[in-house]
Amino acid sequence: MKNAVGREIPAHISGISNTRLYEGTSAYTPAHTGAGKKLRAGKPHTDKILKSIDEAIEKTGLKNGQTISFHHHLRNGDYVMKMVMECIAAKGIKDITIASSSLSPCHDFLIDYIRDGTVTALESSGLRGQLGKYLTKNPGALKKPTIIRSHGGRARAIEAGELHIDTAFMAAPTCDRQGNATGRIGKSAFGSMGYAMIDAAYADKVVLITDNLVNDPVYPYSIPQTQVDYIVPVEAIGDPEGIASGAIRITKSPTQLLIAEYAAEVMDETGVLKDGFSMQMGSGGASLAAAKFIREKMEDQNITGSFGIGGITGIFADMLKDGLFKACYDAQTFDTTAVKSLSENPNHIEISASFYANPWNAGPIVNDLDVVILSATEVDLDFNVNVITDSNGICMGASGGHSDTAAGAALTIIVVPLIRGRLPMIRNHVQNVVTPGDDVDVIITERGLAINPKRTDLIEKLKDSKLPIMKIEDLQQLAYAFVGKPEEIKLSDDDRDIVAVVEYRDGSILDVIRKPLV
Amino acid sequence: MMNDPKTRLRRTMMFVPGNSPKMINSADIYGADSLMFDVEDAIAVTEKDTARYLVANALKTLKFHSETVVRINHPTQTPFGIDDLKVILPAKPDMIRLPKVEDVSEVELVTGEIERVEKENGWPEGTINIIGAIESVKGLYNVREICRHPRLIAIALGAEDFIANLKTQRTKTGIELYYARSQILMAARDAEIQCMDTVFSDVRDMEGFEREVTNSRDMGFDGKSVIHPKQITEVHRIYTPDDKQLTHALKVLAAFDDSLKNHKGVLAVDGKMIDGPIVVRAQRIVDQAKAAGIDVEKKREEI
Repeated sequence: MKNAVGREIPAHISGISNTRLYEGTSAYTPAHTGAGKKLRAGKPHTDKILKSIDEAIEKTGLKNGQTISFHHHLRNGDYVMKMVMECIAAKGIKDITIASSSLSPCHDFLIDYIRDGTVTALESSGLRGQLGKYLTKNPGALKKPTIIRSHGGRARAIEAGELHIDTAFMAAPTCDRQGNATGRIGKSAFGSMGYAMIDAAYADKVVLITDNLVNDPVYPYSIPQTQVDYIVPVEAIGDPEGIASGAIRITKSPTQLLIAEYAAEVMDETGVLKDGFSMQMGSGGASLAAAKFIREKMEDQNITGSFGIGGITGIFADMLKDGLFKACYDAQTFDTTAVKSLSENPNHIEISASFYANPWNAGPIVNDLDVVILSATEVDLDFNVNVITDSNGICMGASGGHSDTAAGAALTIIVVPLIRGRLPMIRNHVQNVVTPGDDVDVIITERGLAINPKRTDLIEKLKDSKLPIMKIEDLQQLAYAFVGKPEEIKLSDDDRDIVAVVEYRDGSILDVIRKPLV
Repeated sequence: MMNDPKTRLRRTMMFVPGNSPKMINSADIYGADSLMFDVEDAIAVTEKDTARYLVANALKTLKFHSETVVRINHPTQTPFGIDDLKVILPAKPDMIRLPKVEDVSEVELVTGEIERVEKENGWPEGTINIIGAIESVKGLYNVREICRHPRLIAIALGAEDFIANLKTQRTKTGIELYYARSQILMAARDAEIQCMDTVFSDVRDMEGFEREVTNSRDMGFDGKSVIHPKQITEVHRIYTPDDKQLTHALKVLAAFDDSLKNHKGVLAVDGKMIDGPIVVRAQRIVDQAKAAGIDVEKKREEI
């Protein structure tokens, strides 16, 4: 059956109970009540501190076939998942589903546990590294396709009861003996605990794993003691190098800077840049570099914005500090400068993934975005965006907040180089859809910009612009003139070769990732 | 008029290493007035032929919006220059940059090669022109004669070799280049050709760059050679007349028109007398503003 982005989705996908097809960006309105928290009765004067992760697994009663969760705030420096999985494997527990808010190359070790049957299913924002390659080439290694969700979509799935977590193993940079936890301080401080908040609130059992257990009460806390069953102190929860190494800097690449400059110019010429505006930008490349040019324009025109959302970097934290914005909402903190800002600046506000982007609550903050600047792996003539599979069809990225912010923002700008290596980045059809073209307004490359023809208002506003605006088809032809038209990747049409199911943020099936035939 | 090789705008001429396909591909997107593909000093001896063919094929295949210039190796001081011309000229660059020029006979030699290729291909004479670069004291002493060669439509200063020749080094004040810059500029103006200033090689020092570009603009240079895209915007900004200059220039031209129509004698704008050279300068400012994308007609109506 074809869904509303023209993707052929099998009527039944083995192991996936979900059969809702994507029907448009706001096609589904929930009418039911969400999941509740399992009730527990904490006894007076009982110690939550355990000696080891092994003991925690014993206490939680983890069994074959259950689902455990992790957050990805430690990014590529995470030690916690490995420590937990080693214990689970040693105990001979099998058939575990891992529902991590995302996966990084440091989780490549999972391949071994997939091979020996310890792990049989994954639900994540993305797949990267060797794990991504392995699963793309061996879809049968797991008992069902990996479920890919956006950050808002994951929070929704948990709150709606579609993703039930038996035990959440949450890394905590600092917590007290009652389990009040924060990511603001400690040797492994990573800032906001936005993704962890949802798991802690809804999992049947919550285990905190910390390398900074303190006796004094922790406040402000991101996870309250009322949600925490056990605490395991360990030597280290992560490698500081992989968590947040120093301050993220703006790129020096002249091409990226040119794209960034165009993005800021589009904001200016469409009237987005005005007092009280709100924005989000990606954390790398051209999208982050746009901050440089936005800042210049705000200072020149004496503009003060309302708020920013992130994915917060030091670049944005500095804009907040300098009074260019009134507040910033932070679900994930990207560098040490931003971590410091979260601790020190009262206008730097920590939020949960649900507050950030869950489409099924009364108002996630993405709904109030005036503009978002996002990068892309590739785009297509229908303005669809892929950020999950590479030019060979291999899983190498993550959905993240891409579709969430694109859906919420009044103006969605995609920044992408026209050509990477020898490949044009504007395809006839993207390899996989993560963000539907209906939510994408402007695509910016170093050689030209294309406006979604549905946005006649933007076309009108930019009609006298000096920006190199052209039709997306012409932009594609320009790329072809340099590098030619690439061959399509041949995919397996066997339904047993479905690697992953990409859910839209409302839980409907947007796309399936199929195994490439090489 | 804008693309007449003798008068076209050359505020920036960006160096692009001739052996980097990536840089050649993207060179065009930053808005430099001219692109100078280098097969000379940026290219190792073992890479000369690679760069030569790469640049020639790029010129044949890609559409460049900017003017295209190829810096060849010296045709008599090195064994590569003539081979460069044989491969590059049929690819029809707009200009050949002749480095380390010391004598007008070298310009004559390159002109001969150009004329031959123009004839072979049936291209009009003057399809390909020459920009010379003075990089030695000997060249500087011959600069007036070099500039008067009819194929030479611009002259540049190449500071690094020149400085080595002088036995000194670059300074922030530019004192060591003051004489050479002045001499070359005078020779260019005498021969009525354009004059380009040398590169500023510390790409991190944007303040120093701004100072140097402002100075060379004030001396009279038509533009600056640049080595990084971020220098382009800066040069163009400095070479764009400000609002006050443009307003004044438009007033001068309006007063001049008025005097012609109404047979008035002595002119004054804002209490200051206007004469011939001031009118010429005003026209130049208006031309520069147009080139920088300023809506001059709108401005004219506002006044």
